Amino acid sequence: MMSVSRRKFLGWLGAAGAGVISGGAANAASNKHFKGYPDSLGVLHDTTLCVGCRSCEAACNKVNALPAPQQDFTDTTVLERKRRTDSAAFTVVNRFKQSESDKQPVFVKKQCNHCLEPACASVCFVGAFKKSPQGAVIYDESVCVGCRYCMIACPFEIPAYEYDKALTPRVVKCTMCHPRVLEGKLPGCVEACPKEALLFGDRDKLIKAARKRIERFPERYVDHIYGEHEMGGTSWLYLSGSSFEQIGMREDLGVTPAPKFTEGILGAVPVVAGLWPVLLTGIYAVSKRKDKVAQEEQSQAVSEAVTQAESQADAKLKKALALAKKEKEMAVKKEVKKALDKATLAKKEAKKKAQEEATDAEK
Amino acid sequence: MSEEAVLNTNPITPPAQSLYTPFNVVAGIILIVGFIVTILRFTGGLGAVTNLNDNYPWGIWIGFDLLAGVALAAGGFVTSAAVYIFGMKRYHSAVRPAILTGFLGYALVVIALHYDVGRPWRLPYPFIAQQGTTSILFEVAACVALYLTVLFIEFSPAAMEWLGLRRARNIVIKLTMVLTIFGVILSTLHQSSLGAMFLIAPSKLHPLWYSSHLPVYFFISSIIAGLSMVIFESSLSHRYFAHKMDQTHLDEKEGVAFGFAKAAALVLFGYFAIKVVGIAMDNNWHYLTTGYGAWFLVEMLGFVALPCFLYAVGAREKNLNLIKWTSALAVLGIVLNRLNICVIAFNYHLPSDEKYVPHWMEIAISLFVVTLGVVAFRFIVTRMPILYAHPDYQEEH
Repeated sequence: MMSVSRRKFLGWLGAAGAGVISGGAANAASNKHFKGYPDSLGVLHDTTLCVGCRSCEAACNKVNALPAPQQDFTDTTVLERKRRTDSAAFTVVNRFKQSESDKQPVFVKKQCNHCLEPACASVCFVGAFKKSPQGAVIYDESVCVGCRYCMIACPFEIPAYEYDKALTPRVVKCTMCHPRVLEGKLPGCVEACPKEALLFGDRDKLIKAARKRIERFPERYVDHIYGEHEMGGTSWLYLSGSSFEQIGMREDLGVTPAPKFTEGILGAVPVVAGLWPVLLTGIYAVSKRKDKVAQEEQSQAVSEAVTQAESQADAKLKKALALAKKEKEMAVKKEVKKALDKATLAKKEAKKKAQEEATDAEK
Repeated sequence: MSEEAVLNTNPITPPAQSLYTPFNVVAGIILIVGFIVTILRFTGGLGAVTNLNDNYPWGIWIGFDLLAGVALAAGGFVTSAAVYIFGMKRYHSAVRPAILTGFLGYALVVIALHYDVGRPWRLPYPFIAQQGTTSILFEVAACVALYLTVLFIEFSPAAMEWLGLRRARNIVIKLTMVLTIFGVILSTLHQSSLGAMFLIAPSKLHPLWYSSHLPVYFFISSIIAGLSMVIFESSLSHRYFAHKMDQTHLDEKEGVAFGFAKAAALVLFGYFAIKVVGIAMDNNWHYLTTGYGAWFLVEMLGFVALPCFLYAVGAREKNLNLIKWTSALAVLGIVLNRLNICVIAFNYHLPSDEKYVPHWMEIAISLFVVTLGVVAFRFIVTRMPILYAHPDYQEEH
């Protein structure tokens, strides 16, 4: 039985080895640098041109038929506090002042950046997010379970959830006006911007245009296009006059596309699934064999002990028997001797008596 | 004693006693409150009963009910692997309670998920509608679904013995080895993947907790949780269900506690070591002097190093009481670790007034779910052969 197991064991080990190798190969194949779909579209947001009029917010609200806001879009007091996107606003404009008395605050529009390799799409376990060839990351509410892992994963903190809906809550975020773009129209926000702070077009061309602006006005811009490489690159690109950290954009995100963070562990699945059964069956076989050997040794020891005990008992019995026999013989001899002695004595006495009687008779 | 125990277990219904015991009253109140909150949740949406927001899409229903719940239910695979694969037969009487705890744990995790996800009736969608295979959560979902099934089958012989289904029971018993190995594979995968889910968010989870080793940390700590839960559950069972235990169970109980305490001390030591290695590899020492660093040290020293030491002392001095309390400390430590990762050290960059604090109704639902588990556990151990071997099947164990 063991020899068959051993052969099987080796076979499984081989199969597991192959699994490990093929897992590695799959990783290697996906290691290519993905630069996004060719000719995909994007938007360049030049924050130095934005005046914080919130026309983009109003237009976004209109084209996406979002609920009316509590404060009108012309009301700029909402800029007093920093806002994020939520279930009723796909985009928000924030104001950043270097100091309280700063006369020239910077306005930054915030919305989905439409990553080239989106974290949300990579973590969605029903594949509800897709990066379209046109550039938009689009969401399919018909399959969404509502686990909200996309919101955990998004490094830009964009997707929001309809927490107040009991039966049909959705994840909501900017669609880069995908339906409008397919119709040949501009995204709502871009169309509404009165200051051309938003520029829509081919992403590659936007990067070139942004570089040109930095080259022509080096005193006006920091030498960085935010979104060109952040998190592997995004379809939305940003220019700024001050450091991006100062205008609420994280500079510590790195250039690694989000799916890379979990790729390695997904590659470990075939390793675990291949190695564990083999290893565990092996351990089981070893422990089972150990038990068996122990049992055999035990039964052998027991039988040995029994035979030993038996032979000892046998010898003892023989000895006792012999002793008994001897004792018996001795006793017999003794009795015989006793009888003989008695007889002799009786004989002697009889003789004596006879003599006495004879002498008496002679008298 | 053993005859008495057997006699006690035979009736289908437990001996009649007053319904208004302290346990029943407390459990009843929690269940009623939970029932009301359940109605609110499914009529008013998540916003009506939770403090979840767009920055904190995951609260204690994920941090405690899912992450800690799955870790604490690891006793099933740890114990059955020890007994059936590694051949540690002296722990055999611990297998059934551990499998039961594991099965109930996973079942409750799935129940709790129905509260947390937006559209719970779509939970099978990853398998029937569209597969998002690049997601760690897909792997977790697949493994949890499969493992819940495995645990159900592993648990079923107890129910079948109770119901007298001898033939079905004997078939399932033959599958023990296969199920155990399958259970270990599935547990390795999803226990580690629960940690791997956070690999996607290095910019949101504090560097002291974020590490590329998160999957390893989660897997190792699930073993600690599993071992500790077996000790913890066994000491509670002994206190409340001693009359249900047969002589074998009573005889082996201390051995289980000492053996598992020793194992837990070793695993905790290893866990502590690889956590330190993780800090060193990412060179995160300087964070230890910050506020989050202090909190991290509380977790590492108070809930990893301390239980490690206490378990070792308890196992060496054969101090059952110390081991019992240490198991509670270790279980708390695992809960704390999961909450740190999911909630407390998550979004560490946000100002403190934007941090999430659970709504009381979220806590009510978590308590509700735990209470369901305790009630189900009690229902089953007072009826089915969990803490004793069924007299008709004794020879076959």
